[in-house]
Amino acid sequence: MAFNIYDFTTLTHSIHVGLAESFSPVVATTIEWIIVGVTYLLFVALFGLFLVYAERKVCAAFQQRLGPMRVGPWGLLQTIADFIKLLMKELIMPRKADWFLYNIAPFIVIIASFMAIAILPFAPGLQSFDFDIGIFYLTAVSSVGVIGILIAGWSSNNKYSLIGAMRSGAQILSYELSVSLSLLTMVVFAGSMQFSTIVEGQRDAWYIFSGHIPAMIAFIIFLIAGTAETNRGPFDLAEAESELVAGFHTEYSGVKFAMFFLAEYINLFIISAVAATVFLGGWMPLHFGNLESFNHVMDFIPPVVWFFGKVLFVIFIIMWFKWTFPRLRVDQILTLEWKYLLPINLVNILLMALVVLTKFHF
Amino acid sequence: MSEIREVIINNDRLATDEYLVNMGPQHPSTHGVLRLLVRLEGEKVLNVQPHTGYIHSGIEKMCEAISYPQIIHLTDRMDYLSAHMNNEAVALCVEKALQVEVPDRVKYIRTIMDELSRLASHQLWWCVFGMDMGALTTFFYGLRDREKILDIFEETCGARMTVSYSTPGGLMFDIHPNFQKRVKEFITYFRTKLPEYDKLLSGNVILRERAEGIGHLSLKDAIDFGVTGPSGRASGFSCDMRKHHPYSAYPFVKFNEILDHRCDTLARYEVRILEMYESLSIIEQLIDNIPEGDYAVKMKGVIKLPEGEFYQRVESARGEFGVYIVSDGKKNPYRVKFRSPGFSNMFALNKMAKGHKIADLVAIMSTLDLIIPDIDR
Repeated sequence: MAFNIYDFTTLTHSIHVGLAESFSPVVATTIEWIIVGVTYLLFVALFGLFLVYAERKVCAAFQQRLGPMRVGPWGLLQTIADFIKLLMKELIMPRKADWFLYNIAPFIVIIASFMAIAILPFAPGLQSFDFDIGIFYLTAVSSVGVIGILIAGWSSNNKYSLIGAMRSGAQILSYELSVSLSLLTMVVFAGSMQFSTIVEGQRDAWYIFSGHIPAMIAFIIFLIAGTAETNRGPFDLAEAESELVAGFHTEYSGVKFAMFFLAEYINLFIISAVAATVFLGGWMPLHFGNLESFNHVMDFIPPVVWFFGKVLFVIFIIMWFKWTFPRLRVDQILTLEWKYLLPINLVNILLMALVVLTKFHF
Repeated sequence: MSEIREVIINNDRLATDEYLVNMGPQHPSTHGVLRLLVRLEGEKVLNVQPHTGYIHSGIEKMCEAISYPQIIHLTDRMDYLSAHMNNEAVALCVEKALQVEVPDRVKYIRTIMDELSRLASHQLWWCVFGMDMGALTTFFYGLRDREKILDIFEETCGARMTVSYSTPGGLMFDIHPNFQKRVKEFITYFRTKLPEYDKLLSGNVILRERAEGIGHLSLKDAIDFGVTGPSGRASGFSCDMRKHHPYSAYPFVKFNEILDHRCDTLARYEVRILEMYESLSIIEQLIDNIPEGDYAVKMKGVIKLPEGEFYQRVESARGEFGVYIVSDGKKNPYRVKFRSPGFSNMFALNKMAKGHKIADLVAIMSTLDLIIPDIDR
């Protein structure tokens, strides 16, 4: 098996060929599915744990303290210990909760996140399925999660949960518009909804540079709306702990709470990964037009490193928001979306269309 | 359902789209065990009904069974963030009754300790306010600076919060030799850190949007409800006991009473921030001029107050704190009543929060700076 850190196509291809040679097509496909599924599960679990750790450390740095330091070196094992604790905790369900909906809600939330993660290109050849309406698919599945949140709030038989879920519903439905429209701006520029084409189109310059002003506006709007869609501060109204205790997941404990918790971090990863892919070139190294030697040096850094570097950069910015800003109020959140972001976004699409028509870009 | 029954008793049935939420006794935003029965329509607050008594500890009743110097130790536990002011109020009241004149040194030290407590209290208020608004970082900034004041307290009297430092006739102990040096160090330190508070929170556009024009408490309402302290002064109610009824070393210092006429959450926020600057300047005026002398006058072993009624008020970090002692000439009081600022301030909450959102209710409650043991006593 040829392993090439710069291009995973050969690796995946050789696995496929190897399996196809030794098994019947049905078995081979099943095994491939299992491999892909297990890989994603492992990745999500590990990266989720890492993000929780990173969030703790980042927030500690903002708050002038050290963060977890006791469990393992620099507290590296703290999140694992916490996760084990969560897994072993007793599951408590409110007496009058709707049994079926209460139990299914965490799964809906986490399944939506898993579905969205499948479309992301991590590196050349490291993408589980790449089809021509990738961005459309992404916006579609990422809005399924809100159904889980609404169900969780409704079925818990708790007024705080219900208020949290209603807030979350209003917020995510509104910000869904901004996320889609800012992505649409970039689709106009890229001329494709397919992730591989979008990344390939940024070979000479990332879209945020080549699309200049409209792309930057779209990027900022996407960051704001993306933060709101993941229910993170300053848009964390759904779980505003000073008002609603813990919002929609007040009544969840143990592993079910862990699912919501994990889903929040996967969503953070997805939003950052989409921002990185659509605006910052995905796994594409930093290239500047005809600076041959510079481009060559940049090519030396593997695409996976580029991808995760960009994702972590965006994640850091989003964490920065959370640990600096106070929370918005529910009417302000809707005002921000409907009165400011949405009109700006619509004008921005027109601007982008003009830029594309007049070829006034790099 | 008890809350439903209460509504029916009040002959005030719920409309179909209204509902009741019990905020507390265990709720993160009530900072203790206050229970608010909130009547909501969607997110809109229609009525707030505070229910107190969840941490009632019978301090006033207990006072009847103990001697005057012992009362000091109970007052620490009421408003634990302005423990020294409470101690001082009782001490001043007893001194007034016995017509004891304490040395200037005691007055100066008491005033410095008052202002340090006020600073510590406002710092904690600031961090908690930020947290209630969803900005968690403020909590650690505030606590970082408060720690330094608590260290000074610890060195001075051995306790960090429940200081019990003032006692009838003076102080428990003289100040530590390091006291002046450390307080001056703290002032220089905090003068550099206080602008950070503004950078992090005061100037933030989200905070200003959320605080401006929210929780309006007119001057008339403030006086009607007896809202004192920074919350009252933000409504333009000149109620600073340090100005109007000066005690201890306040007649010797120059300071401004911070008044604001905007009456909203932002005004209450800014009054407290500006008060921190005033406190710093009061300490600066006093710290180098602490006169030599005794730290306490010799009192009798058993303090007996003459028959009669005595009242003394001080400005605690939350407003006017009063001690009312009825004495029948014995070594323990016949009746003690504390006028706690938090109790009066809390009942203005309904007036202020009506018609606003739940998030505003939390912010308004936070700017009233409620300490629940102070309310329940």
